[in-house]
Amino acid sequence: MPGETGSDAVIRVESLCKSYATAAGPFPVLKDVDLVIDPGEFVAIMGPSGSGKSTFMNILGCLDRASSGRYLLNGNDVASLDQDALARLRGGTIGFVFQGFNLLPRMTLEDNVALPLVYAGVERDERQARARELLERVGLARYAPSLPNQISGGQQQRVAIARALVNRPRLILADEPTGNLDSHTSEEIMAMFAELNAEGITIALVTHEPDIAQHAQRLVRFLDGRIVHDGSTAHAHAHAAAEKERAS
Amino acid sequence: MMLAPMLGEAWRAMGANRMRTFLTMLGMVIGVGAVVLMLAIGQGAQYAVSQSINTMGSNLFIVLAGAPSSGGVRMGGGAGATLTRDDADAIAQLPEIDAVAPTQSGLAQVVYGSNNWNTSVIGSTPDYLYVRSWAVVDGETFTDSDVRAATRVALIGKTAAENLFAGENPVGKTLRIKQNPFVVIGVLAPKGQSLDGRDQDDTIIVPLTTAQRKLFGSPFRGAVRMVMVKAVSAEAMPAAEKAMTALLRQRHRLREGADNDFMIRNLTAIADSEAETTRTMSLLLGAIASVSLLVGGIGIMNIMLVSVTERTREIGIRLAIGARQRDILLQFLLEALMISLAGCLIGLAAGVGGALLVNALTETTVIISGSAGLVAFVVAAAIGVFFGLYPAKKAAALDPIEALRYQ
Repeated sequence: MPGETGSDAVIRVESLCKSYATAAGPFPVLKDVDLVIDPGEFVAIMGPSGSGKSTFMNILGCLDRASSGRYLLNGNDVASLDQDALARLRGGTIGFVFQGFNLLPRMTLEDNVALPLVYAGVERDERQARARELLERVGLARYAPSLPNQISGGQQQRVAIARALVNRPRLILADEPTGNLDSHTSEEIMAMFAELNAEGITIALVTHEPDIAQHAQRLVRFLDGRIVHDGSTAHAHAHAAAEKERAS
Repeated sequence: MMLAPMLGEAWRAMGANRMRTFLTMLGMVIGVGAVVLMLAIGQGAQYAVSQSINTMGSNLFIVLAGAPSSGGVRMGGGAGATLTRDDADAIAQLPEIDAVAPTQSGLAQVVYGSNNWNTSVIGSTPDYLYVRSWAVVDGETFTDSDVRAATRVALIGKTAAENLFAGENPVGKTLRIKQNPFVVIGVLAPKGQSLDGRDQDDTIIVPLTTAQRKLFGSPFRGAVRMVMVKAVSAEAMPAAEKAMTALLRQRHRLREGADNDFMIRNLTAIADSEAETTRTMSLLLGAIASVSLLVGGIGIMNIMLVSVTERTREIGIRLAIGARQRDILLQFLLEALMISLAGCLIGLAAGVGGALLVNALTETTVIISGSAGLVAFVVAAAIGVFFGLYPAKKAAALDPIEALRYQ
């Protein structure tokens, strides 16, 4: 399996379990998940609804904590970190891209992109410079003073990517980034991710569209809280094609 | 997170829903305005009372002759002839006593040229002016030798002078009191109203002996209606009252168990109770006004809670991109603080404006003190923090995932 041997892995998850308390007792969502992602990988995570992939993504993003097991981010055990340290990880080490873009509606695009820098304590002039630079990069520099509702969904997602990149993270977590976009725009966004990956940024992306997953090099499939498949996308593609052939 | 961008965001959040922000602020405006206005009026009233007390003279007693009765008809206090100048001189020897001024006074018709005026004429000794903390602004006062010789000289108060002399300088002029000519030798400093609203400047002061012989004659030589007594200090007043009572009982040869044939009134105590009443009143006004400040604070809390709920998703986004709980807390706290401080500033202006308006319309004394403004400001800040803290804590404690899912 790819990445299994990496000792300086970006993400190392060992026998991770997560269950939610319900009235009928604890309900397990993730059951004994192991995963290693090395620097520079581009991983697509797929699975049907309720398979636990979103919960897994939230734990990777330090938005949620595991019930048991270990999660090492850049070699640091996340369980030992306090709230402030987690906030720092979310702001600096990880860049988030959401399905719903999640830009703040009352702020200009430039301020939206610069917001993580505000929480990181970066001075004003540098905040502006970096935000402009990243808006430039996603091709939206001329919209800097606009509000999010003045641009299209695809443009908003590009702004969200600019925001995710502003703290120069080494890891980008994207939760269904193309879920609300048409196929053409989706291709544009995926091309952008591929470009970032080519620059050495590690990317983990949740999707339920096989076409989107094809942009990644590695595919991880979740089913009922477990990883049922982990391999290169080329292999998965061949596998799917073979299945299709057999069916016909 | 740094303060400057946070203030900017708080400002933007306030501007995002102007009507709501304004109405929330209005609670603070009314609260602070009411407190400032009430304090201004209350302090004004206290000032007016303390002014009257000061013009009366400090540490004062009045010793009145007893109320005699003849054939079942009882006369009022001071009507008897039991109090004499010698009594007054004896009181003056007591160690607790600073000065005494025996007085014989009454109303009399006064004539100057074609003007006439009915005013209070006080016969007393030169010490009267000292006891009453009164000054002569023009001319001079009479002396002990004037009292000994019963000269016909007079000091005139401002109101009496205006009514009789109508702008002329009274000093050196001769007026007639009950047909007796008196030379005006001095004009008294204006004193204003007494506690009971009497015009203290509507008066003429003459030597005691002259008053006794020419104006308010008494069949008993040396008798006076009352003696004004000034104690050496406020602390000495209870001891002074006891000593005077003992002295007068001894001088009047009153047996054990017999009633006093004189009365001692502590004027300072009366003034103090008046001051106390005003203080209580202004405290009450302030307390009532404070309640509206409290209600304003609750209004802020209410709107901040609504705001936190409305912006749950925004909070989730902020947490996901690196905001610490403390950043979220500070952001909402700043917003509450800004609303309350802005409300406070407007309220301060409204309160001061209201106080000036009250002053202009009713001529009530108002005192706008910097300390009242400062107190209002501090209280508004405290209210902003106190009522902003709970919603802010609620916002900071939100679970990032729950907050992100919130629609």
